[in-house]
Amino acid sequence: MKFVATLLTSLLLAFPAWAEIDIQEITTPGGFDAWLVEEQDIPFVALELRFKGGASLDRDGKRGATNLMMALLEEGAGDMDARAFAERTEELAARFSYDAYDDAVSVSAKFLTENRDEAVALLRETLINPRFDEDAIERVRAQVASSIRSDLKDPNSIVSQAFDAAAFGDHPYGSSADGTLDSVAGLTRDDLTAAHKGVMRRDNVFIGAAGDISAEELSTLIDDLLGDLPETGWDMPARADFALEGGIDVVPFETPQSVALFGHEGIERDDPDFFAAYVMNVILGGGGFESRLMDEVREKRGLTYGVYSYLVPKDYAALYLGRVASANDRIAEAISVIRDEWSKLAENGATQEELDQAKTYLTGAYPLRFDGNGPIADILVGMQMDGLPTEYVVNRNAKVEAVTLEDVQRVAKRLLRPEDLHFTVVGEPEGLEAEAPGQ
Amino acid sequence: MRIAVKGAALALMLATGLAQADTVPTPQDDVTTFALDNGMEVVVIEDHRAPVVVNMVWYKAGSADEPEGASGVAHFLEHLLFKGTDTLDPGEFSRTVARNGGSDNAFTSYDYTAYFQRVAADRLDLMMRMEADRMVNLRLDEKDILTEREVIIEERNQRTENDPGALFGEQRNAALYMNHRYGVPIIGWRHEMVTLDLDDALSYYRKNYAPNNAILVVAGDVKPDDVRSMAEQHFGVLPPNPDLMDRARPDEPPQRAERRLTYRDARVAQPYVSRVYLAPSRNHDDQKTAAALVLLSEILGGGQTSKLVRALTFDSQTAVWAGAFYDATRLDESSFGIAVVPSEGVSLQEAEDAMDRVIAEFLVDGVDEAQLDRIKMQLRAQAIYSRDNVERLANRYGKALATGLTVADVQAWPDILQSVTGEEIVAAARDVFDRNQAVTGWLTTPEEVTQ
Repeated sequence: MKFVATLLTSLLLAFPAWAEIDIQEITTPGGFDAWLVEEQDIPFVALELRFKGGASLDRDGKRGATNLMMALLEEGAGDMDARAFAERTEELAARFSYDAYDDAVSVSAKFLTENRDEAVALLRETLINPRFDEDAIERVRAQVASSIRSDLKDPNSIVSQAFDAAAFGDHPYGSSADGTLDSVAGLTRDDLTAAHKGVMRRDNVFIGAAGDISAEELSTLIDDLLGDLPETGWDMPARADFALEGGIDVVPFETPQSVALFGHEGIERDDPDFFAAYVMNVILGGGGFESRLMDEVREKRGLTYGVYSYLVPKDYAALYLGRVASANDRIAEAISVIRDEWSKLAENGATQEELDQAKTYLTGAYPLRFDGNGPIADILVGMQMDGLPTEYVVNRNAKVEAVTLEDVQRVAKRLLRPEDLHFTVVGEPEGLEAEAPGQ
Repeated sequence: MRIAVKGAALALMLATGLAQADTVPTPQDDVTTFALDNGMEVVVIEDHRAPVVVNMVWYKAGSADEPEGASGVAHFLEHLLFKGTDTLDPGEFSRTVARNGGSDNAFTSYDYTAYFQRVAADRLDLMMRMEADRMVNLRLDEKDILTEREVIIEERNQRTENDPGALFGEQRNAALYMNHRYGVPIIGWRHEMVTLDLDDALSYYRKNYAPNNAILVVAGDVKPDDVRSMAEQHFGVLPPNPDLMDRARPDEPPQRAERRLTYRDARVAQPYVSRVYLAPSRNHDDQKTAAALVLLSEILGGGQTSKLVRALTFDSQTAVWAGAFYDATRLDESSFGIAVVPSEGVSLQEAEDAMDRVIAEFLVDGVDEAQLDRIKMQLRAQAIYSRDNVERLANRYGKALATGLTVADVQAWPDILQSVTGEEIVAAARDVFDRNQAVTGWLTTPEEVTQ
């Protein structure tokens, strides 16, 4: 196709405008730091709060407490029981969601300019004065138990849980944040109030906002919303040791298509080679239809609908993971091809053309992430948690551009260790056990 | 906790789409619409907040337009459109989008097939040029066909064969539609997918892919005049297909008998009961009935204060989850569904009985006006929130136009929703809740005692 080449020359000039994303850094009178992108076109605000530590702060024997606590925040607060709270939220057309993850719990809120004060007052009650009514606890406990039972028969969940358990053992990373049927059954109201105090506090919160609100208004809002949280809480989790060695293990499960999760240790977010690794992963398995894994496993051989690899720099461990799913009689071939690609990139490196393509993809795709108030508030919080400065949005593409072919070859040799690659497979795979070096 | 039961909720959504997803287009949308001389429709939605554009081409052809015996060919062809043309190598389309910093994909439904790219606004011309190219210049060989057929079979494995909820949904839809192809899964029946060949793909392509059967939707940082000149240059030169046929599909015969089915699978962790009723969809002459059904789905199963959730999870501990779902935007007769996931120790029969009691009580008691006001408030707010996501707006217009509605219909829809009365909702419910036009399904484990 002839016309592509000429267009490529102008590519690097595509986004001079990103400096225009104006991030305001705020410190409130109450002492909270927050980032804001003010955008008055649409009369609502997206507010994102994250509390570091998350479900990994669960106490021994209380696995699932943080998750259940977060699920209960919208089930009654202040003088409202769960029904009254739900009605009030609907009347205001506010949207609140509460989630628990390994490294953080998150509160995502959207509310209209026309009733902002009422919506924030309602949100505040859930964060400061959750009720944890017994009937609500039992109702939500049953929902969580149902979800856990579903996960136990879902190959995608089974594979994650088996891999995590083998990799991290007793560390919270080694089990689902939902907890087990037993641990959730044993949680008491006291466990939930303790988790609320231990997890959600002033010294671990990160705040991002985008939309129709000024810095001054946001500042007041945050102090009202979070000022009465406790100063501090439970200690942050310990580092997690990665215990998995190279090889294959199979979790037998009667289903036509095997699901595999594979990986080994990865690279920290603040490692000087993180950008090189990030670009390298786009070449190997990270970027849509263009990666080597997609090309070899799907496009050339039709072995799967999707195969991906991704860097997972968690707060207390760094992983490099991938996923694939293939029919039971074809998964062995898919795994063999993936191993070959892992080795090839480690040994032979990438080509300049691949590097150039990965860079143009990454630099072009970056601005597309800022496509709405909700996504922008998310990005603002993520940057703060990663310790990045506001200028990062302007400099980030230059960092991608600065990655050289030598950087990629070096990081490929360092990061990709085919002999350490571990595959956990759920299904009834054919011809796999025999070739499992780790078994 | 909104969706506790992942398996059940997900299966239902994939089967029909949530009503919420297409409830409220906004009158403030900055929308321009026109047609090219060859009959191609164009919709431009302006949003100048960021220098980004979504380019979409929608074909008014989906799985329900397939010939008998070739189920899955619409979706198969969708995959094959990423292979080569006269001037593009296989895979070069996506590679070019990626090189330009964009992302691209496509999706197939019963009534339409759509292709889209998200990309910097100054790359729009290139995207249109490539879309116009593959509308008429597709080149396929036997090897493309065989490898890609393996891919769609793995896709079916992943979406359906590995998921008992999805298998259950297929059986249920097949029972609901006795004569219409909404009863055939979009991805295809496996035994027909494995026979799909080059002729199947090309004949579907030649029959359906033409400018007079397509809609261009461009949303983002663009000006309508610029879109018009690019569209005329790239799509305007393509000849219309003079043999394009009306989308006449077989009607359902009178449905006179209640249908019931039970699907057992050892992989079921959480049994549930669901019922789907035949239900009208939005159409150009009457959107009011569909609007009443959208509100009905919210009243019965739209959230924490809905009738089913209140009665079955708050007032009693019958269920861990309950909901209603309705896809208003279909070319032909749609369906209205209800599902209940019983609590531990509650049988499927008890759950179904409780579900029926809620429906019966609703038909007697009528609409709680305070609840209706809350729902309407949320729909008005949705109009504000949805302006934040221009891609969703683009989808809304594309889907509507591909199912026989007009831009004016889309823009009238929010007011129609606000105008629906409690009496109209009850009347719509009485028409739809006819067990002789419904399938009741139980998804359960091999051990579950059925009666």
